[in-house]
Amino acid sequence: MIHSLFLINCSGDIFLEKHWKSVVSQSVCDYFFEAQEKAADVENVPPVISTPHHYLISIYRDKLFFVSVIQTEVPPLFVIEFLHRVADTFQDYFGECSEAAIKDNVVIVYELLEEMLDNGFPLATESNILKELIKPPTILRSVVNSITGSSNVGDTLPTGQLSNIPWRRAGVKYTNNEAYFDVVEEIDAIIDKSGSTVFAEIQGVIDACIKLSGMPDLSLSFMNPRLLDDVSFHPCVRFKRWESERVLSFIPPDGNFRLISYRVSSQNLVAIPVYVKHSISFKENSSCGRFDITIGPKQNMGKTVEGITVTVHMPKVVLNMNLTPTQGSYTFDPVTKVMTWDVGKITPQKLPSLKGLVNLQSGAPRPEENPSLNIQFKIQQLAISGLKVNRLDMYGEKYKPFKGVKYITKAGKFQVRT
Amino acid sequence: MTDSKYFTTTKKGEIFELKAELNSDKKEKKKEAVKKVIASMTVGKDVSALFPDVVNCMQTDNLELKKLVYLYLMNYAKSQPDMAIMAVNTFVKDCEDPNPLIRALAVRTMGCIRVDKITEYLCEPLRKCLKDEDPYVRKTAAVCVAKLHDINAQLVEDQGFLDTLKDLISDSNPMVVANAVAALSEIAESHPSSNLLDLNPQSINKLLTALNECTEWGQIFILDCLADYAPKDDREAQSICERVTPRLSHANSAVVLSAVKVLMKFMEMLSKDLDYYSTLLKKLAPPLVTLLSAEPELQYVALRNINLIVQKRPEILKHEMKVFFVKYNDPIYVKLEKLDIMIRLASQANIAQVLAELKEYATEVDVDFVRKAVRAIGRCAIKVEQSAERCVSTLLDLIQTKVSYVVQEAVVVIKDIFRKYPNKYESVIATLCENLDSLDEPEARAAMTWIVGEYAERIDNADELLEGFLEGFHDESTQVQLQLLTAIVKLFLKKPTETQGLVQQVLSLATQDSDNPDLRDRGYIYWRLLSTDPVAAKEVVLAEKPLISEETDLIEPTLLDELICYIGTLASVYHKPPSAFVEGGRGVVLKSLPPRTASSESTESPETTPAGVPTGEQPDAIPAQGDLLGDLLNLDLGPPASGPPLPASSVQMAAVDLLGGGLDSLMGDEPEGIGGPNFAAPPAAAAPANVGAAMGSGLSDLFDLTSGVGTLSGSYVAPKAVWLPAMKAKGLEISGTFTRQVGSISMDLQLTNKALQVMTDFAIQFNRNSFGLAPAAPLQIHAPLSPNQTVEISLPLSTVGSVMKMEPLNNLQVAVKNNIDVFYFSTLYPLHILFVEDGKMDRQMFLATWKDIPSENEAQFQIRDCPLSADAASGRLQSSNIFTVARRNVEGQDMLYQSLKLTNGIWVLAELRVQPGNPSFTLSLKCRAPEVSRHVYQAYETILKN
Repeated sequence: MIHSLFLINCSGDIFLEKHWKSVVSQSVCDYFFEAQEKAADVENVPPVISTPHHYLISIYRDKLFFVSVIQTEVPPLFVIEFLHRVADTFQDYFGECSEAAIKDNVVIVYELLEEMLDNGFPLATESNILKELIKPPTILRSVVNSITGSSNVGDTLPTGQLSNIPWRRAGVKYTNNEAYFDVVEEIDAIIDKSGSTVFAEIQGVIDACIKLSGMPDLSLSFMNPRLLDDVSFHPCVRFKRWESERVLSFIPPDGNFRLISYRVSSQNLVAIPVYVKHSISFKENSSCGRFDITIGPKQNMGKTVEGITVTVHMPKVVLNMNLTPTQGSYTFDPVTKVMTWDVGKITPQKLPSLKGLVNLQSGAPRPEENPSLNIQFKIQQLAISGLKVNRLDMYGEKYKPFKGVKYITKAGKFQVRT
Repeated sequence: MTDSKYFTTTKKGEIFELKAELNSDKKEKKKEAVKKVIASMTVGKDVSALFPDVVNCMQTDNLELKKLVYLYLMNYAKSQPDMAIMAVNTFVKDCEDPNPLIRALAVRTMGCIRVDKITEYLCEPLRKCLKDEDPYVRKTAAVCVAKLHDINAQLVEDQGFLDTLKDLISDSNPMVVANAVAALSEIAESHPSSNLLDLNPQSINKLLTALNECTEWGQIFILDCLADYAPKDDREAQSICERVTPRLSHANSAVVLSAVKVLMKFMEMLSKDLDYYSTLLKKLAPPLVTLLSAEPELQYVALRNINLIVQKRPEILKHEMKVFFVKYNDPIYVKLEKLDIMIRLASQANIAQVLAELKEYATEVDVDFVRKAVRAIGRCAIKVEQSAERCVSTLLDLIQTKVSYVVQEAVVVIKDIFRKYPNKYESVIATLCENLDSLDEPEARAAMTWIVGEYAERIDNADELLEGFLEGFHDESTQVQLQLLTAIVKLFLKKPTETQGLVQQVLSLATQDSDNPDLRDRGYIYWRLLSTDPVAAKEVVLAEKPLISEETDLIEPTLLDELICYIGTLASVYHKPPSAFVEGGRGVVLKSLPPRTASSESTESPETTPAGVPTGEQPDAIPAQGDLLGDLLNLDLGPPASGPPLPASSVQMAAVDLLGGGLDSLMGDEPEGIGGPNFAAPPAAAAPANVGAAMGSGLSDLFDLTSGVGTLSGSYVAPKAVWLPAMKAKGLEISGTFTRQVGSISMDLQLTNKALQVMTDFAIQFNRNSFGLAPAAPLQIHAPLSPNQTVEISLPLSTVGSVMKMEPLNNLQVAVKNNIDVFYFSTLYPLHILFVEDGKMDRQMFLATWKDIPSENEAQFQIRDCPLSADAASGRLQSSNIFTVARRNVEGQDMLYQSLKLTNGIWVLAELRVQPGNPSFTLSLKCRAPEVSRHVYQAYETILKN
């Protein structure tokens, strides 16, 4: 199982190591650095590296590498999932998962890691349980601790740890009982030159924020549950009820969690809310090119498309860009060759466009490829798949909770080829 | 107030300061000090000097402080075993604490302290904790058994912990069950033979129940364990599948993939007519696709597995082509994998889409990716016949871009298209010829040369083109040289009149001016063929070529089936069986897919292939020897072979015969009539000699290259010799030698790929031999061996393998497997690699033994032409573990009395007589096993003369 963990920052410093079995020397990371050098870009470092005696499985998150060392045959997904869980936990505890945050809380980090893994086997990874064992740092608590001499390590066995619902702690109490659900849908799409859709799907999630006292048993039903045929559930969801009645029935964890994630892929269900008219050309034997893009609304169900940003990785030979936006502002980074246009929202009366000239390195050959456009946008109060929550019922507790559902549609990996 | 303050006291005397703080009376100060110590530890600083002071803080009511001290202990106990004992009492006391958290913490920490002495004290508390009333303690104790087993396996067995652990599988708490399964699986991994996870329908039922209730990680352990179970019939398989399917909707991708593994494996047993079978197929697709929307690292592992699944059951994902389309900001490792799967899924139905995508990719920025995309277009053409024309025109478009690497890749794949569809697309040759000059990579040049040669009759200026290539013949890579040779011979056979000069030129270049044996051999074969019988030459050289297969890089079916059993594991990422890379062959159990149990076949008893049980059992019928060796290689790699004895001679004889006969017919027969009308025969008499000389020089080249190896220390190392020539092994050439250094024997191999395809999946196995030599580790060749690539590896050998007397005594028969085939060769190892370091016999003992061995066991040999002094000889022999026990000077002669010991404990005593001025030594050997004398003498000779 998982032998050791090294945390490495972007400049290649190992700033934390933790071993769950015998100590493995830091030098094992040299193989990782070698692979990193070969990959040129940090994002291209292969996640599984074999060395003569160990395997290194790594993830790259928030500008940090989490490199785990394993020695026996272990499912790599298991390790990768676990590493992401570690990063999630840091995020949850310290508000951000960064080198500074980890260094500032190194003792808590160490205690957490020890609690999360025993002999390489995951022990407690649910945030609810961890928080009972080790309390997250807050300014108030550290003041109290230093006065009273108490500690931030819980000294009783977490209640959820062994029950059939390990994700929920007992004795939860709130004065205001609330349950909020965010239905967030992201459109992943590839649009080809001519504007037709090569590939499109919706990645949806329902994130919940539940602050309910006691042991509430919730059931959430949809107007159109048939939309959901490819789903992954939080362990709290009763699979049988879903299979038979298409109702999400569950005893929720306390706090924030992802209830389900789903995928809608059938082409006709995926509406594409924006279109892009583009003409990007580089003239033969000349050191300039033209750049002209216009964005317009397409199937947006009568809602405003807002928060639009267009990102373009221009070819290497581009020296500079001289553009005029009709709306918003643009920047071009001559080092990374990334052009970003912050558009804002679309008003159908006057479509936003960005036009101008591109300066190329003189003498260099005309770029072969045209750059792809990466588009970000947001549509409030709409789930583009049409998914609608019907009602939320609560059993097992007597109080009346405050309930709310919010919908939002965003662009995921939304690419337009030119 | 953050923890970063703990890092700041990095001035001199820090340890001293910490020491004072640790011994402070104030609790708060103590805790802060321990935190500082831990902070230093996290960055790899050595704070072991504070051990006693930290351990003193252990007896406390403050749980946080206790935990911190435990963290410290786990890291440093090993370096201070005696001090660690101090902690034992506290541990034992804590194991009795009323708070289950503290009991569990104590037993957990104790297990992490890898000190033998502590483990003895651990047994009693552990036994109690395994039966604790609190499930939290039980589940912690279960893992502790695995820890203890890792430190001292014997102790765990003696104490009966394994049985207790097995009982925990029936525990009422699902978390305890999951941890017991995890612990047992880990233990079983290091004991492949032990039948630890004795699964039966009852225990399976318990596991399935626990599966629904335990944590996500527990589910993974249970699913992985289920996958090793062999259901007794299809009905049981189906019911397990039904209970596992809900896991496909889990948010944790590792759970999903483990569930997929169980389903893929058990599906094998279901009848395809069953409704349930098709339902299951449908259910598998969505979760696999969902994995692709996760983080890139997860995607990568998922894609490697999907690659296997698509090969095994293409029907699952055949409609999901689009999810594999590449996004421009995917990491490169994801892009390449997606591309691979796209080609596998390409079919007539979706080829238009795929081609459009591939064309798009071919204009991307990343060179590796673009190359692979171009190659993919060619593979599509070969795979989907209807699309070939479109593919070819796409490739032509790409050639027009004139981007060098695109053109070169295109040429390489067009060659394959020509081979697949002869006489169909030759119209494009003209376009190809225009781009001749831009080709600078060997593979592309070789492909182009092949095309010119193959279609010489349609290319008007073929002779000019080839002549152009010929100018820089010596600078070309072997691949191109070989192609050029063949192409010109083809050209000559097609247009004999104009190209005589050209063919003469290339033949002499290949045979006389080249020191590449392959090239020379091919040159000679053509030369003889052309001079003996041009008609036959035509038949041979211009013979119809076999069509190339559709899929070039499919995984071999048996390996694929094995890999399916390893879905989700490292093996599935590397596409290699675990035996090929798991350290030391430790715990490799062969897994196989269960047989389909259709009702008609139900006579077959289920225990014939229970998965997970070592399938080393022999088939009833005795297979042919070749098969047997092959089987051995396939089944039983890694752990020391315990397979059936190999009837030795036949395999080896066949090999020798092949070489001898082949050479005879090639070299020996004098060509009688000179066939070719205008053709000058090669200097017939000179030819064999020429070959000999050339070979000789080639060999000595080789020797020069390697003579530096191994002279650092240890025994004398012979230069590498070719053991397996490429022509006998479909292009794999193996040369090697044996070394002994500081007590360990190894076989230094050099593998060269002289074929045109990539070689992978190497493995090696020895037949039983006189001294029990066996590979101590699997053959570690991680990267595939591409054409013309050479790797050097050192294979450690042990002498604990099975023993069988060989003739000659030092004969070693070796089988090497790769993705192409299994090859056999035999070699003689020098006996001195078996001379052990403690072979120096006591003087008295020597005398007694010498007298004791009967004189009929004495053998006398002459070592001639050895101009060494007695001292030099003695020194040289000593470095090869032949020790001079005594020395005496009799009548101007130096008498050296020497002893040596073989790995199997046989002593050999020697008397070496050296006369000053006489280069001949006389060697008398006495040994209780006189058969070895001859080989010891040979060893003497090699050591002294080199």
